[in-house]
Amino acid sequence: MPFIPHTEEDVHAMLATIGAASIEDLFAEIPKELRQVDLSAVPAGISEMELFRLMHDRAKLNNSLRCFIGAGAYEHHIPGAVWEVATRGEFMTAYTPYQAEASQGSLQLMYEFQTMMASLMGLDVSNASLYDGASGLAEALLMAMRLVHGKSGQSTEPVILLPKALHPHYREVARAIVGTHAVKLVEVDYDAKTGRTTIPHLEKAAPEAHILVIPQPNFFGVLEDVDALTDWAKQKKMLVIGVVNPLAMALLKPPGQWGKTGADLACGEGQPLGIPLSCGGPYYGFLCCKQEYIRQMPGRIVGRTKDLDGKEGFVLTLQAREQHIRRAKATSNICTNQGLMVIASTIHMSLLGPNGLRKVAMVAHNRAKALLDLLRTVPGVELVFSAPYFHEFVLRLPRSVESVLQDLIKRHIQGGYNLQPAYPELGECLLVCATETKQQNDLEAYLKALKEVLS
Amino acid sequence: MIIFEHSRKNRSARAQQPSESVENFDLPASMLRQDKPLLPEVSEMDAVRHYTRLSRKNFSIDTHFYPLGSCTMKYNPRGINRISQFHGFLGHHPLSLDENSQGFMVCAYELQEIIKAVTGMHSVSLTPMAGAQGELAGVAMIRAYHQERGDTARDEILVPDAAHGTNPASAVQCGFKVREIPSNAEGDVDLAALKAAVGPRTAGIMLTNPSTLGVFDRNIQEIAKTVHQAGGLLYYDGANLNAILGKVRPGDMGFDVIHLNLHKTFATPHGGGGPGCGPVAASARVAPYLPVPMVAKLGEHYHWLTQKECPRSIGRLSTFMGNAGIILRAHMYARLLGREGLKRVSEYATLNANYLLARLKAAGFTPAYPTRLATHEFIITLKSEAKTLHINALDVAKRLLDYGFHAPTMYFPLLVPECLLIEPTETESKETLDAFADAMIQILKEAETQPELLKKAPHTLPVKRLDEVKAARELDLVYKPKNHAASNSDAPMESPLLHASDGG
Repeated sequence: MPFIPHTEEDVHAMLATIGAASIEDLFAEIPKELRQVDLSAVPAGISEMELFRLMHDRAKLNNSLRCFIGAGAYEHHIPGAVWEVATRGEFMTAYTPYQAEASQGSLQLMYEFQTMMASLMGLDVSNASLYDGASGLAEALLMAMRLVHGKSGQSTEPVILLPKALHPHYREVARAIVGTHAVKLVEVDYDAKTGRTTIPHLEKAAPEAHILVIPQPNFFGVLEDVDALTDWAKQKKMLVIGVVNPLAMALLKPPGQWGKTGADLACGEGQPLGIPLSCGGPYYGFLCCKQEYIRQMPGRIVGRTKDLDGKEGFVLTLQAREQHIRRAKATSNICTNQGLMVIASTIHMSLLGPNGLRKVAMVAHNRAKALLDLLRTVPGVELVFSAPYFHEFVLRLPRSVESVLQDLIKRHIQGGYNLQPAYPELGECLLVCATETKQQNDLEAYLKALKEVLS
Repeated sequence: MIIFEHSRKNRSARAQQPSESVENFDLPASMLRQDKPLLPEVSEMDAVRHYTRLSRKNFSIDTHFYPLGSCTMKYNPRGINRISQFHGFLGHHPLSLDENSQGFMVCAYELQEIIKAVTGMHSVSLTPMAGAQGELAGVAMIRAYHQERGDTARDEILVPDAAHGTNPASAVQCGFKVREIPSNAEGDVDLAALKAAVGPRTAGIMLTNPSTLGVFDRNIQEIAKTVHQAGGLLYYDGANLNAILGKVRPGDMGFDVIHLNLHKTFATPHGGGGPGCGPVAASARVAPYLPVPMVAKLGEHYHWLTQKECPRSIGRLSTFMGNAGIILRAHMYARLLGREGLKRVSEYATLNANYLLARLKAAGFTPAYPTRLATHEFIITLKSEAKTLHINALDVAKRLLDYGFHAPTMYFPLLVPECLLIEPTETESKETLDAFADAMIQILKEAETQPELLKKAPHTLPVKRLDEVKAARELDLVYKPKNHAASNSDAPMESPLLHASDGG
């Protein structure tokens, strides 16, 4: 009984107190014919020592190699202190802070997180996290749709402009979650030369629209002309949602400062701020907005208040938006979110600070540039898009990306993300990423391997 | 103190900054941020001390008994957390090729199989990132099922009044109307009301069994028959699976779609509000609509199933593979316990709940459903105490904190007045349960002799009772620096280049 403390004596005494003859008797209200469960398909239990051995072997099968894949999840240095503190039992094994007085640690930390994230986005307020980047965008779209309905009436069918230069998985998730509503999702082409979403492309996509999504950087690593796009949308009275890499916002103009008015909402993947790659999750989504929209915000929000003695304290607030109070009328069905990831991320941001984060972003860009300069020297390899990029870029290879990636694996390199399945027009194109974690010898190893593979 | 109050301009945790220079930086200045975001500027020790101190202001399973009803706050094995941090798992990129990801995929596949076995369902998708996302997936699958059959008039989802708030919210998010079904005096679904409600507009019913009333619905087979005969599907909210693990399976009860909460039943840490994991499973006829990705096995090789292989899927719900690290932990928990251990979970959870109920009953507390057995949890109502002693469930809950116990779930389910929903879980000892019962008895005495002790509780925590009304009325959601000495967020950055390269 791995984690059950009961002795035989305990069980007897407890059953006597209950007045039951056996534990089985406690299930008497379940129809007998239903109580025939066969668990033979489940393996027998093992000890922790055996589990360590088993998982040690399996972890080795997950051969991480030298990884140059980005595509929405990025390798960064995470200070050792981040997870040392975040996995303290007091943080890791607490529930959602329903009893505020017994949860001041989590609550204050979330308030600090909201402050950091809102400022990083250049917006007024933030919630305390959503599940991940893609589902966070879906929640941002649902929120923007409510705002459109509030402005133009419930009968309006919102038209959303979704650039193809946005992560293909984000677009898939938007279709799965938002697509069940009365809404029109219009995909917008990118400029084949620059890799950017342009105003002519937007104008061509739909004569009238209500919501514009702007990725920064976009899926190709390319930096969009966010000021021009925002001004164009705002002139048409559209809502603007920025989908951004939060690390990049320590360096680049944040959504709240785009164009003359700023974007209305900003969301994205929090993973680059202290969350390990971890096979794809858990990460966390963030969502920030202008103050005027706060009542349509989904998810938990923490507010500062006073206790009976006038002492400062923190509580979950604006709960009248939420499912446990409003039920069918809630702004979202979200309940459990990604609390622990927010704890780690907040500690991460505190340890890096504004200067550290900006420097990481700059070094990441420089590393990507250094890698590009090396790889471009390989005959037949060329850069696809001409616009400035952050820490990721698209290369065209002289032959099938799939086979090149396989050959690179044999040389212990994960070369990048094959764009062809999601973008058939980008056949033989590879999305490559390097961040501050890659050293000169890593870059040179990639160059050497690619030269061999393509020769 | 807020972290920003420790900030001093250009103080930093130097060890964490990249050491190289960024002199040759080529991005155009027009794209760069000119102000400094409000992030802390502190030393490494400042940060570690600040957050360690904050952690000590929390109750948690590792430090306190946490009998929060319907949340299954059981012990989260530390060894599992340790293993999940092996570099092969933690450092692994989600878009790595399948042949480099077999270590994770075998675990995910095994968990899919284990979930099939304990739920009696046909297929499983692990991708939903919490219970509510599992619900959203399940309801979207019900919608897709009816739509593909051309059965488009079915626009109603039935939800019992005892259901979690996420149920109606998820149904609405998928475009359904919600119709509430009352519970009867014994806590079961009111069958007559259900029979009157079902019809050609019924898409399905969302049910938790045992319900949040802490009782197992004895008429589940009749409910299933009624809804199925009307052409609807049954959705199972797995929040309370801990009560029946290995004893009875949702698939055998007649459910078509279910979700589980791995952060409850499978002991993954709840992290102060997540990450969770809400796998969704389906019977054969609804399985084609499961969200992607899933893991399949061919010979000894594991590969991903995506929309390409599952064209009828409701699609993708997360950027990559849901909360993969939680999937890994739940898998390890199931492997540690094995088939015998999983069964013991529900047995001892039920024993503990019935024992605690018996002790409280003997002490004069009123169970909400006195004729019923407890499942893994039970409700007591303080309705009569509220009248005679002028104390309420909130007062008792807050006073429990002073005794070193996290409060049970309070004022939920909404239909039981002044209620406390108590779930001890199987990992608590008899001594802990006795101490909790003794505290409850003591608090009841205090209510008679010194009611102020309850009214103003808690007295011993970092803060006293907090003003939630003020928090909502005078919104203070982000810290604003009072003086510029403590923070220089308004200061423009003379040159981003200069600032950024000052680390060394």
